[in-house]
Amino acid sequence: MAAVAETLDTVNAVTEGGYKWGFTTDIEMDMAPKGLNEDIVRLISSRKGEPAWLLEWRLKAFASWLKMEEPDWAKVKHPPIDYQDLHYYAAPKKKPGPKSLDEVDPELLKMYEKLGIPLKERAILAGVEPPEGERPPIAIDAVFDSVSVATTFRETLAKSGVIFCPISEAVHSHPELVRQYLGSVVPVADNYFSALNSAVFSDGSFVYIPKGVRCPMELSTYFRINARNTGQFERTLIIAEDGAYVSYLEGCTAPQRDENQLHAAVVELVAMDDAQIKYSTVQNWYPGDAEGRGGIYNFVTKRGACRGARSKISWTQVETGSAITWKYPSCILQGDDSVGEFYSVAVTTNRQQADTGTKMIHIGKNTKSTIVSKGISAGRSDNTYRGLVRIMKGADGARNFTQCDSLLIGDQCGAHTVPYIESRNPTAKTEHEATTSKISDDQLFYCRSRGLSQEDAVGLIVNGFCKDVLKELPMEFAVEAQKLLAVSLEGSVG
Amino acid sequence: MLEIKGLRADVAEKEILKGIDLVVPTGEVHAIMGPNGSGKSTLSYVLSGRDGYEVTGGSATFEGHDLLDMEPEERAAAGVFLAFQYPVELPGVGNANFLRTALNAQRRARGESELDAVQFLKLARAEIKRLSMADDMLKRNVNVGFSGGEKKRNEVLQMAILRPKLAILDETDSGLDIDALKIVADGVNALRGPAFSALVITHYQRLLDHIVPDRVHVLADGRIIRSGGPELAHELEANGYAAVVAEAA
Repeated sequence: MAAVAETLDTVNAVTEGGYKWGFTTDIEMDMAPKGLNEDIVRLISSRKGEPAWLLEWRLKAFASWLKMEEPDWAKVKHPPIDYQDLHYYAAPKKKPGPKSLDEVDPELLKMYEKLGIPLKERAILAGVEPPEGERPPIAIDAVFDSVSVATTFRETLAKSGVIFCPISEAVHSHPELVRQYLGSVVPVADNYFSALNSAVFSDGSFVYIPKGVRCPMELSTYFRINARNTGQFERTLIIAEDGAYVSYLEGCTAPQRDENQLHAAVVELVAMDDAQIKYSTVQNWYPGDAEGRGGIYNFVTKRGACRGARSKISWTQVETGSAITWKYPSCILQGDDSVGEFYSVAVTTNRQQADTGTKMIHIGKNTKSTIVSKGISAGRSDNTYRGLVRIMKGADGARNFTQCDSLLIGDQCGAHTVPYIESRNPTAKTEHEATTSKISDDQLFYCRSRGLSQEDAVGLIVNGFCKDVLKELPMEFAVEAQKLLAVSLEGSVG
Repeated sequence: MLEIKGLRADVAEKEILKGIDLVVPTGEVHAIMGPNGSGKSTLSYVLSGRDGYEVTGGSATFEGHDLLDMEPEERAAAGVFLAFQYPVELPGVGNANFLRTALNAQRRARGESELDAVQFLKLARAEIKRLSMADDMLKRNVNVGFSGGEKKRNEVLQMAILRPKLAILDETDSGLDIDALKIVADGVNALRGPAFSALVITHYQRLLDHIVPDRVHVLADGRIIRSGGPELAHELEANGYAAVVAEAA
């Protein structure tokens, strides 16, 4: 309840609206020359001092990417991307990969402060325990352009055997794990953007939770694109062994720039017997201006494998940013009795385009999946839910429940629902429900007659519409997400 | 005090209010009765500031402020409350959350301190008890899945918590059984006092048996054609609107 009141405060506090995270940070960068070829792939690999097997893996990915074509089935439109006009590597020059926070460039620390990561959280970033009664500690990996600049709480985590570090470091410290799992959920040539990512990925987070361990705190990665004409290609790999549990959250912002920037990430999750991974995203990349100039192209492949029996993977996403979102966090339900969940809020306004949804692949017996998608379209935006539920032959007793709701604000936006259901097992049950509604003048007037401003009213109604998804987010982030929803939709009515 | 002078208003370019003069002094409850289509609901919407109701002439002031120049939320903060004839559903929005947000928005606008969750719940629970309503009223989503009677009761609960200076009740009695009617009437009566006025809009006498008005006005074809004491309501009930309208013509 306090959360919504706070949402409304936020809206009141922001008079002009717009994107608050759009500043740039002036910092000396080590950049690869523009363009993409084998030499660039080699350069990235050598900058990171990678072993030969990884370079080879990258080159193989690059070779398959060259033979592939950009997908055109999503309901999004953009001018052709010139892949030779981008920098594929950008890192702050002074201290790449500092060991402690003291070594982090003060400009960077200033930037994180400015990003409004709350002071309490910043204290956590600096490794200071919060006073009693404050929010629980959260370990953070901060990725700036192509490199990780700081990872907190690593020692505390290490005591329980949890590994949380930049993936570029894991390549050296835990090569056997990285080699075993990298590309095992999203094969290199899975799609155009995953192949590109595999060739040029620069950094991202690596998480390993050993057998029977419940990760003692929330893990979080904060991504920031800063440099101009740069693509960000992060790679995240999370492995939960038998009976392990982890809750992980990612957040992201970028400066306000007139040109579009490419973000093509790959996230792979592996859950063994009885393991649980809860993966939450608050995506707030720069969405472009009201006329559709600039903004991030967010072309992301996220997939989790429930390899073990009774394992569970939950994706929760709140997507408010990016000019274009192309993203389908999926679950491969291989283990018997495994569970996949997808909870999504996607907001598009102005000229934003989102084509997002999930894939639930039921392979094991008695596998269960739940999909709850809430799309909110305003302005002249387009918002598409695209989802696949596939029940394989051996998936006896598989169950799926899907609910897709769309909320329209204004009369120039679009909402589309494209569900695919394929069942090859007669004992499986799938359910699909979909609704489309509008914020009505009656609702707005009712709220205003009780004293709420138009914007407060929209915030309240939208948060109500998204409640089923927001309640899946870790508590602290649900509050942030509610604020973000209100701010994103500011000025979209009336 | 509410003061309406020569108020004219159009809906979809058709004149509905054709010059209304009405004064509701502080502390008084006035009833407006009239046949269907006489402009009763239009008057309540014009006073609360709904879009689509165009004022073409006259004035309406509340405590000396030009009501017609204010946004709906400003009127609410100034102390005007409209109990809806058809209360609106807000899916996913909890009643307690809605009411606290509304109350705090009004308090903020008036420069008063906001209530935290604990203070608010204490206030809300006390009102619920006083109105003999069910505790789960606060937990449920605003009007979602409410029966017609529950919706009207929820309007009264909102009014009790928001404590307006002027309440406009737009056919709050329609669709209510006798028991619900009594709860609604008790809710309004509980607020009566020297600082509270109400404009009770209704078709029927029966609500006015429970909320006894200081004055009764008959609205017909966009004008007030007759005003009187509570006995006027009984006369209307006995003879029908047609007789009063014919007499005034």
